[in-house]
Amino acid sequence: MKASEGFQTSGAKPSKPPIVAPGHSPGSVTDQITAVVLSKTPRWWWVAFGFSFLLVLLLLRALTKLIFEGTGIWGLNIPVGWGFAIINFVWWIGIGHAGTLISAILLLVRQEWRTSINRFAEAMTLFAVACAGIFPLIHVGRPWLAYWLLPYPNTMDLWPQFRSPLVWDVFAVSTYATVSLLFWYVGLIPDMATLRDRAQGQFAKIAYGFLAMGWRGSATHWHNYETAYLLLAGLATPLVVSVHTVVSFDFAVGQLPGWHATIFPPYFVAGAIFAGFAMVITLAVPLRAVFGLKDFITTRHLQNMGKILLATGLIVAYGYLVEIFMAWYSGNWYEQFMILNRIQGPYQKQWMALLLCNVLAPQLLWFRRVRSSPLLLFLVAMFVNVGMWLERFVIVVTSLHRDFLPSSWGMYSGTVWDWATFVGTIGLFLALLFLFIRFLPMISIFEMRTIVPKQATDTTEEAAE
Amino acid sequence: MQEKAKRREPDAPQPSTETPGTSSPRQTLELEEVRRRLKSASGPEFWRSLDELARTPEFEELLHREFPQQATELPQGVSRRGFLHLMGASLALGGLTACTRQPLERIVPYIEQPESLIPGKPMYFASAMPLDGFARPLLVESHMGRPTKVEGNPEHPASRGASDLFAQASVLGLYDPERSQVLRHNTRISTWTIFADEFRNTLQALSALGEARIRILTRTVTSPSLTSVITRVEEAYPGTRWHQYSPVSRDTERRGIEAAFGQTLSVRYDLSQADVILSLDSDFLTSGPGCLQYSRDFAGRRRSQDGTMNRLYMVESSPTNTSTLADHRLPVRASDIGSIAAALAAELGVPGATDTGDSSESDRIAWITAVAEDLKANRGRCAVVPGDYASSEVHILAHAMNEWLSNLGSTVILAEPVEERPEDESESMRQLVQDMAAGEVDLLLILGCNPIYETPADLDFEAAMTEVGYRVHLGLYEDETAEYCHWHIPEAHYLESWGDCRSFDGSICLTQPLIEPLYGGKSASEILSLMTADGESSGLDLLTAFWRKRIGTEPFEGTWRKWLHDGFVSNQEGRDVVATLAQGEVAKACQSIAEVSGSESGIELIFRPDPTTYDGTFNNNGWLQECPKPLTKLTWDNAALVGPALAQREGLANQQVIELTVGEQSLELPVWILPGHPDGCLTLHLGYGRSRVGRVGTGTGFNAYQLRHSHSPWLAAEVRIQKTDRSHSLASTQLHSNIELESRESEKRHLVRVGTLEMFEHEPDFAQHMGHAPSPELSLFPPIEYNGNAWGMSVDLNACTGCNACVLACQAENNIPIVGKEMVAMGREMHWMRIDRYFEGDLAAPHIHHQPVMCMHCEKAPCEVVCPVQATVHSDEGLNDMVYNRCVGTRYCSNNCPYKVRRFNFFKYNDTETPVLKMSRNPDVTVRTRGVMEKCTYCVQRINHGRIEAKKEDREIRDGEVKTACQQVCPAEAIVFGNINDPEARVAKLKASPLNYSILAELGTIPRTSYLAKLRNPNHDLEKTRDEGV
Repeated sequence: MKASEGFQTSGAKPSKPPIVAPGHSPGSVTDQITAVVLSKTPRWWWVAFGFSFLLVLLLLRALTKLIFEGTGIWGLNIPVGWGFAIINFVWWIGIGHAGTLISAILLLVRQEWRTSINRFAEAMTLFAVACAGIFPLIHVGRPWLAYWLLPYPNTMDLWPQFRSPLVWDVFAVSTYATVSLLFWYVGLIPDMATLRDRAQGQFAKIAYGFLAMGWRGSATHWHNYETAYLLLAGLATPLVVSVHTVVSFDFAVGQLPGWHATIFPPYFVAGAIFAGFAMVITLAVPLRAVFGLKDFITTRHLQNMGKILLATGLIVAYGYLVEIFMAWYSGNWYEQFMILNRIQGPYQKQWMALLLCNVLAPQLLWFRRVRSSPLLLFLVAMFVNVGMWLERFVIVVTSLHRDFLPSSWGMYSGTVWDWATFVGTIGLFLALLFLFIRFLPMISIFEMRTIVPKQATDTTEEAAE
Repeated sequence: MQEKAKRREPDAPQPSTETPGTSSPRQTLELEEVRRRLKSASGPEFWRSLDELARTPEFEELLHREFPQQATELPQGVSRRGFLHLMGASLALGGLTACTRQPLERIVPYIEQPESLIPGKPMYFASAMPLDGFARPLLVESHMGRPTKVEGNPEHPASRGASDLFAQASVLGLYDPERSQVLRHNTRISTWTIFADEFRNTLQALSALGEARIRILTRTVTSPSLTSVITRVEEAYPGTRWHQYSPVSRDTERRGIEAAFGQTLSVRYDLSQADVILSLDSDFLTSGPGCLQYSRDFAGRRRSQDGTMNRLYMVESSPTNTSTLADHRLPVRASDIGSIAAALAAELGVPGATDTGDSSESDRIAWITAVAEDLKANRGRCAVVPGDYASSEVHILAHAMNEWLSNLGSTVILAEPVEERPEDESESMRQLVQDMAAGEVDLLLILGCNPIYETPADLDFEAAMTEVGYRVHLGLYEDETAEYCHWHIPEAHYLESWGDCRSFDGSICLTQPLIEPLYGGKSASEILSLMTADGESSGLDLLTAFWRKRIGTEPFEGTWRKWLHDGFVSNQEGRDVVATLAQGEVAKACQSIAEVSGSESGIELIFRPDPTTYDGTFNNNGWLQECPKPLTKLTWDNAALVGPALAQREGLANQQVIELTVGEQSLELPVWILPGHPDGCLTLHLGYGRSRVGRVGTGTGFNAYQLRHSHSPWLAAEVRIQKTDRSHSLASTQLHSNIELESRESEKRHLVRVGTLEMFEHEPDFAQHMGHAPSPELSLFPPIEYNGNAWGMSVDLNACTGCNACVLACQAENNIPIVGKEMVAMGREMHWMRIDRYFEGDLAAPHIHHQPVMCMHCEKAPCEVVCPVQATVHSDEGLNDMVYNRCVGTRYCSNNCPYKVRRFNFFKYNDTETPVLKMSRNPDVTVRTRGVMEKCTYCVQRINHGRIEAKKEDREIRDGEVKTACQQVCPAEAIVFGNINDPEARVAKLKASPLNYSILAELGTIPRTSYLAKLRNPNHDLEKTRDEGV
């Protein structure tokens, strides 16, 4: 907390870019943001959404084949029993971390700059969790029985096996998805009312009105609303840490070298925030350009996100280093072999690429010029997106493919259906995102309105100084 | 029909003209082409062209493309479901056409249930499986009239309850849906009565024209009753000649004995009496008719650590399972075996033996001297065992050495020949081909063999055979030979027919049917009975009539019942014989060795029967195809095996296709590098590359017979290697990576612990200090107490030869499916138990170790903790149970299993649609479906059976009462299972042995399966030279 305050103040002196570009009034903010939703659908949207939807169809094709034929359409084998499905699950869950972190934790620690990015970051979280949620269901051999992981009363009087991290996953992920959805929706309510009031079409009025749940903006409303929002933020905060901790248990509880490590929970949480912020940048940079929202998502935001990316990137790099150190320090040959196999083995290329993407590329963010350049920042974020996928590949596959008995070693590579499923979920994510930016305000209008006067006083104060 | 029987002008297929021969390049045929060809025809002509078309290989290929075979099915391409639909439809249609027999169906319960038949309880019948004539005595398990599993006959000395992988897989052979199901006349379906009539008419017609020149071709025959039928045929038709030919012939052994002793004898060994054994290229532990007994005797002496442990020297040209247990192994070229034998004989002082003297290597001389010293020191208590595939000179020298060392009568036993009419089979086959080619054969009766495939290429059996006017083939499959015969008759499987055959020790075993022939198959005797004066009779009548006559006055019925019950005929063994060595043979042998050994220089090609498909007989057996070969771990293919040195010199890599040329013949096939393979030679296994076989065998491997020569069936002295830039993917279950890394890592992890006898005497628990097993007190959790039974297993690495019998037994017992080559290559094989193979030391001459690995049933099982749905749980007897119907298939358990013994049904691998395969399953074991994890259960169904029996008698389960399938089959008794809580149990005693250790014990899993460390008993003199050499 202090650190974040610290960099805020230290960065402030020379030329601190504003959160909102000067010259905005509450009215202009409202106009600009609602215009995106209420104007006519641009042609490019149809193209982009159509393309994403094609990928969704590909996903459906891949899943149909999977259900009808079996897990064997993927590249899995013995010893590599987990592959793309688990990699993708962890990747998406990781991406889904930034939303709640920005909304809840940054809200609680009063980082006002979060306001212009929290809405779409939350949406991104939800969609990423939706994509992630597909994988645990479909990765099992008999997906139609996946509900057996839920504790429900049944005639067999049988419960799930509570020692299994996969059962913990069910709780962690479903709780996270529920709270994220609630948090996002509650945050949307005042803006829904704004849209209801401004919408021209009958259907839009009714739809937004329905979603606004009778919001009138009375002082009581506001009072209850603020309390609820704060409580939800408090509730969501531990989840940011818990979800990926539990996901990391999937590995850490196993006895496999490369999985069985106590550093996994913090290392995974840092990795998740790293991945999440990379995805927020990936989305924010094109969005602010396309919709002309540079006034709201300013260089200040980009810089801050760049700093967080750098910080979490360093934690992740530290994680990699500790893994190597612990392998040596433990004196455990299986651990040492695992590290050597990562470095020299058949998956060396993936490991090198991982270091390039996750350790080397973020180092560019030490430079202010890189942090303030949307294009460079975007590129670094893309590296991180790829790098975090590779990290999960390295953890899952290279640990499994050569474990204890050399007789049982094997190799793994994804099949065309592995890739189709992965690309399909990216399509699903994008399609949901395009629907979101078309029909809902991607920046919180009411929160931005509260910032404008404050921003004005700040600037006058600065001017007075 | 009458027309068709016209002599010498049959409307039989003339494959040499109508179909492009197997060697000519085939063009692919497209459906359009088929339609075009058929369009131009009409009426009867239409059917003829359809008929002709159906016989062409192109059309065959088209069919195969339309309905891809089960085995090579990929997820891409044709869907599994679609395939099953087609399978179902084709089988249903197949059933419609197979109206040769209208089976009587009684769908009513027994009114009077036969005594001892209780539904749900298996019955056991003694029988025997003939393999190349030699009997494997068996006890067959039958569930409600369906044989489902075979075990060795515990009362027969040649088995003592053990059996081999071929016997285990024979059950699948019985139920193979691709077995020949109908009698076929040319291409048309016919019936037995039509055949019998026509056959008799033909014989009459032939006799009317003069003496019918009939030839009967069989495999090696040891059956007294079959021989008597043949004798009667010979009486009825004096122009009859009988030829025996097995591609894995024992000719050199026979020639060697005949030369050495001047008479035809059989030789067997009593390895329980042998302190020192020298094998001259003999894989006596896992191949040959006596291997089961040898294996047990050898293991018995191997296990005795009280100073009487035996010692095995091995000279070999191609790595074998036997050499994995050798104390000293000398890899040499096949042509050097003779000179080494001669040098040894000379060193021993055998009269007449001369060292051919080209062993310039001092290492080799030291080796020979040391071995000779050791043999001399153990006079009368040693044995020299020549290999089945070694030259007759080596056999002569071996017999001479055995006589010189006074081993005859103690460790080496000579007896009357086992074969009824021993003959030089290669010579016999050559004679047959000559006669046929000269047009001197009127009628050829091929009984249970496939000569077109399995005769060496130089004989050109195919061309010679087409000169014969009337050809009849009896076989389990419509194979290459059936295609060229006028009549094909489905053969009765040994589990469907009556018969008798001798085991290697000369005792006579009875084969009795466990089921009515599924497809109306006939046995060889039944066909031959058509030709006898007495006319057609059933297999049972022929057999009982023969034995009734043979034993004469005794009350036959009682004796016969007893024999059938025991599975063998008492007091009819061949007698042991005392013979003396013929003069001058040793010198002659040494001389001919000297002549040969001077000339060799080129790369040699060694032929061996395949460890799983044998000579091709088992090519369509999926279990055997998918069984990893003991040393290479290859499945579904053969390859040119080369040593690392040769591979490096020639620049060969695994899976690279090379062209081998021997004389005129050449063959393209992939390379597989086998550490330990002698330099300067390649090994090629027979039994692959079949051109006309079922879906399972189609497209597997390469036909080694094309390079084989009838004069030298086991060795081609000069082979040319031509590299190509193509590669052929091979599916190995081990070695997915760097072999050096694998062997280095396995040593580092102390998986196979090996010591010498001296180490053991000095420090008996050396094996336990090799790893880092934590003390159980270190655990934070209280120890789990097991009261009552606590099941555990001990595997003796000192006895295991890696013969794969256990793997097949497990597959048969537990309804384990096969998955096909592509799936194996992906790492999805389903075997519940595997035999890991490790190389230790220098890859040019490594020690090779085998380690059977099944579920360890860890007391603290890592798989159980991570299963989210309690599908794998611990029983109170310490079993790690798998609950199939609870499993959702997360595969987490497999990821967390350090031993990687769990197997996942990535697809629906079990064929539950084909009716005949349903009959083959063990009803006590669930057939697993798609998406479910499975693994070794310690044969829990057998434990439960034992428990029920014990409860009925109100007692505890006795030690040895419950045997797992792998334990029961093991000829070396390497696997012992039982209650470790019972201090008197064998398994508990073995676990108390200082040699006992667990693999990966440092993980704290407390595995219930543990291993006994491997001991070597090296010769000090040789050990020194080896160390100095290093």
